[in-house]
This record gives sequence, C-alpha cells and structure tokens, in this order.
Amino acid sequence: MAALAAGVLTLAGCGGGGDGDSGSGSGPGGLSVPKLDKATAVGAGEGSVNVVSWAGYVEDGSTDKSVDWVTGFEQETGCQVNNKIAGTSDEMVALMKTGEYDVVSASGDASLRLIYGGDVAPVNTDLISNYKDVFEALKNKTWNSVDGQPYGVPHGRGANLLMYRTDVVTPAPTSWGAVFDPASPHKGKITAYDSPIYIADAALYLMKTKPELNIKNPYALDDTQFQAAVDLLKQQNELIGEYWSDYTKEVQAFKAGNSVLGTTWQVIANLTKADKAPVEVVLPTEGATGWSDTWMISAKAKHPNCAYLWMNHIISPKANAGVAEWFGEAPSNKLSCAETKDANHCDTFHAEDEAYFDQVWYWTTPLAQCLDGRTDVTCKDYSAWTQAWTTVKG
Amino acid sequence: MSTLGSYLHRRPRLRLAALLSAPLLWLVVAYLGALAVLLVSAFWTVNGFTGETVREFSLANFRTILAEEVYRAVTLRSIGVAAAVTGICVVLAVPMAFFMAKVASARSRHWLVIAILTPLWASYLVKAYAWRILLANGGPVDTLLGGPGSGPGYGLFATILVLSYLWLPYMILPVYAGLERLPDSLLEASADLGARAGRTFRTIVLPILIPSVFAGSIFTFSLSLGDYITVQIVGGKTQLLGNVVYANIGAANNLPFAAAIATIPVLVMVIYLVAVRRSGALEQL
Repeated sequence: MAALAAGVLTLAGCGGGGDGDSGSGSGPGGLSVPKLDKATAVGAGEGSVNVVSWAGYVEDGSTDKSVDWVTGFEQETGCQVNNKIAGTSDEMVALMKTGEYDVVSASGDASLRLIYGGDVAPVNTDLISNYKDVFEALKNKTWNSVDGQPYGVPHGRGANLLMYRTDVVTPAPTSWGAVFDPASPHKGKITAYDSPIYIADAALYLMKTKPELNIKNPYALDDTQFQAAVDLLKQQNELIGEYWSDYTKEVQAFKAGNSVLGTTWQVIANLTKADKAPVEVVLPTEGATGWSDTWMISAKAKHPNCAYLWMNHIISPKANAGVAEWFGEAPSNKLSCAETKDANHCDTFHAEDEAYFDQVWYWTTPLAQCLDGRTDVTCKDYSAWTQAWTTVKG
Repeated sequence: MSTLGSYLHRRPRLRLAALLSAPLLWLVVAYLGALAVLLVSAFWTVNGFTGETVREFSLANFRTILAEEVYRAVTLRSIGVAAAVTGICVVLAVPMAFFMAKVASARSRHWLVIAILTPLWASYLVKAYAWRILLANGGPVDTLLGGPGSGPGYGLFATILVLSYLWLPYMILPVYAGLERLPDSLLEASADLGARAGRTFRTIVLPILIPSVFAGSIFTFSLSLGDYITVQIVGGKTQLLGNVVYANIGAANNLPFAAAIATIPVLVMVIYLVAVRRSGALEQL
C-alpha cells in the first residue's frame, strides 16, 4: 500500500482524503490500483488469442495482400488471432470489461481507465524480448505505467490529421480553422470524429487562437474553457454533414463526396486513396491531437501465453514497421526504422523527434484534477465530456 | 396417470395453474424481469473514471435528462420521426390495402400479398445500406433529381424516408386483414339503400379501417421510436433516442444512464397503447 501511495508523478497530490482502503491510493480521486499479479513465465500457446484493436493494427492480408503481419505469427506460434476492431476508446474500454478479450491496443484516453478499473494486468517486460529495443522516450509514461510498473508495451504514436478532397477544397487548408469557420463554403460537407475526446480538438484550436482563455492543455479544461470549446463545437455542428466513428463510413463518405473536409487518420486517407478518391491530408499549423498507443493484457485473459507472444510479436521490428507504415504513425521499436519499405518513414513521421511530439497532444482521459497542474480550479472530468458531447450533437 | 387425470379433473384451478405456469414464468422472468432490471439500474450511476457501476440509489440520471434541453429535443425529434413515418405508412397503405382486399381478383390478391412480403426477406442492414448508396452524393437519387447535391442527401428526411420504406409492410398487412373481413355485401347494401360513396366510406369502411390502422401504427410507431441503425447509416448528424442509448452503452459505458434514457420510449409507448386501447384497436391484433 505504501508503494502504491507514493503515486504517479502527474497524478500524485490529488489522492488522499478518501475513506478506507479504496480511497488511499495514488490514482485520481484517491483510487488505488487493484493488486494484480503479473506473469512469471510464458508457456506454450493456447491456440488462439482474442484482440481488440484500432482499424489497421491487425492485418492478415485480407484488406491488402501485401499487408500482413498476422499470418506468420499464427503459423509460428499456433495462436489463431481473432481480431475485433473498435471505433473509439470508449468502445475499447467497454469491450475489455466483458472479459472476452486477451489484449488491447489502448490509447492514452483508455489506458488509465483500464488500469484503475482492474481490467488490465501489469506486464512483466522481462518476458518480452523486443521490449529492450523500444524508444526510451515511450517507456514508463504516465499513460502506460503506474509507479514504475509497466502495464503494457508501447505500440506507436501519431497525430490526427485534416483530410480534404483536392478537387473541391481549394486552396488546400493549413489550419483547423477550416473546419470551424462559420462561413465555410463547405457547409454540410464537413465531418468530425464522433467521440467526446473530439472536444480536445476544439480546445486545441482555441488554445492557439484565443490566448485569453489561457488553455495550457486541451485535456485540462475548467468551466469557462470547457464551455468555450463546447460552444465552438455547437457552432461547428451547423457545418457538419455527418460525424464518423466507423472508418469505413468515412472512406465511403469521402469517396462519394458527402464529406469533403474533416479530421482523419492516415490509414483512412490511405484506404480512400486506394479507392481512387482525390484526397490529401495535412498536419495543420496549430498542431494536433494524437495518440500514443499501448498493447495491454486483460486481467482476465483466457490465453495469457498467446497474449504475451502477441505483445512481443507486434513490437518486433518487422511487424512494428508494417503497422507503422500501414497506419501512418511513428513506430515504437528503434529497429523498425530499418525495416520500413519507405526508407524515410521514420523521418516523415518524426519517430525520434521529441520536439515534434511536444506539439502533439496525446489522447488522455480528462480528470477532475487538472492535468496541467492547476490546483485552484476543478477541471471537467470524462463523464462531463461524454454528456457534453450529446448536447453538441443536439 | 388416470389417478392424476381425475385428481386434476376435480380441481380446475390447479389444472389452470399447471397449464399457465410455464408461459407465465417466461413472461415474468424474461420479459418483466428484464424491464425491472432496466428500471432499477436507471437509478444507479457510473464512476466516470473507471467505468465501474456504483450500485447506490440516485436520481442523478433523471435529473440530467430533465435538466438538459438536448434530451427533450431528442425525445421530441424521435416522436416526430415515429409520427411522420406512421403517417406516411398510413397514406400509402390504406389505398394499397383497399385495392388488394376489394378490387383485385382473388388470384392476383395472393400474389400481391407475396409482393408486399418480399422486402421482408432481405436483411434490414442490406436495405439500409442500399439506401445509403442511393442517397449518396451523385448517387441514383441525385441523378434523377438533376445532378450531385440536388437530392435530399443524408439527414432527418432520409431517415423518415428509409424508415417508412422499411416498416410499410407492417402497416399494409393489418389494414388488409381488416378490410378483408368487411363483406362486400355490406358495401352493396349501403349502395342499394341510397348511400353515396362518401357516406358508405364513413359509416361502413371507416369503423373497420380505424382500428386496423391503429393496430398497424403500433408496429410502425414503436419500431421507428426504437430504431438507431437506419439513422446511423442515412441520418447524417441526426441523433434519436436509440442513438443516445447506444452511445451510452457502446461508447460511454454508462449503462445506468442508458437505462434511464430507455425508459423514455417505454413511457411514450405505454401512453400510446393506452390511447390506442380506447379505440378498440387491440382487439384487431
């Protein structure tokens, strides 16, 4: 208990004041991490592994014949990979709570919720031989470890981008202002990500354009800042044609021209281009929200050996390079940079460029204790974000 | 066996109990039980951070629903969509059913019934996605109306259109069944006695028609009120009650709040059924 109370650095100081055992931990609101044992050895595979992942993270050649880092793993380990694609972090958390899945590629706005909810187990990184090659800058971060204990292996990171139809949107946009402009010529054909975490995109835009609001971190919003972001999104709602969380829906909408401008991931742009639609992506000048993902193992994993084998495989140089190129993100394994088909991939996606990633605000779960360190105000927590998102959509 | 038989024969109440216990058990446990769990969990809350359900009585969910304007707007929009879909289905179904029951020959009648039923053979999702393609920018509907962007596109109108298409058979069939029970001789007698078409319709057809239409409207209204898939596919940014429930279960993992929202359509349907019952439509089911 003492070790737990020592606290995660950024979350510490917000604990205490709780009652009894459950209230003395280091987590937000005095939550403590459930005591779970980590694996001590990896035995033979159980024959299958159930995976929850982002679209494009687990490819077995069925989307594109040349994109396959699953079949080899299945043949080598005998672990049949059953993949379930989730559209949002909330969906991932909900799926992991069922206990049906062994591993998950959780982003920073899901990982802590999973850890404190007791849904994922600590990971014994000694059992994962590729862990030593992971960039040090990605290890033991606030979103993938607690008190120096890793809860998963870093997968990769990247930024949410702005996609547009080159035949309709001219000149090419350079600012997120394009999706918030009330006088936009593309009214009714703008799209946005259908998740409460999208409020951070509005906050990021306000951070750069309305300095008087004094937003320091788009995930730490007090009442005034939060209201400003929500108001901006309500105004944006007039411009929106449809919100997307299903990536296939966005591909189809951009292909048909129902959507011509809006937030996206690189992998969606790749799929849309593969469908011969004239689209391009840009990282706007304001910077962007983004993700740093972690493969985590369920506390109730029915196939723990296969899960460990999978976590080792997915961050191996070849597989990690494959995902990074297909999804369009920076790999987590430093040896991956030598394995990418495009020799410049790691440079293009700033794999080792910490200054670049300082501009990217990784998805993080908003908490009542402000993440930017303010103690004189209370910030809006994630449940407030969720309910505000319903009011934004109207 | 015969002793048991004669034993039961002498006790009609016990006989009845034995006969009804299985279906009653099913009704109580599976149906009312599920509703009860829904109602109870609507008073729980969820820890916003870990997503664990907090099993303590709280009115917070209902306070939010009543305080936030958006839930009123979504409720009214959902009822509006359900009413519009029902209205469109009635307008289309009554002449169609009248033709089938009274005008078409007995032979073609069977074929017409089969034709009405065929759309039900295809999967709901396939039909909804087909409409997404039809209504896409520059899709067939746009082309018919004169080029990309001239069609209705995705949105509230598309939702009403597709739901009306999906639920039309559920309106035609009860209306057809009602009209079929109306003997032709009654219509002839009315004419023989000098009533004009309008009066015959008012006094003979309408009393049979109204309960059948109400019976059909129970299907179209409740199916539209609970729908969340069609609106996701062709509704653009529109959200209905079903989407809010789904978002709270699937995305936000807030089961208690979803349960609280889900009580709204239940309440609306109860009010609707009570209203319909007074028209005598429930005897037509």
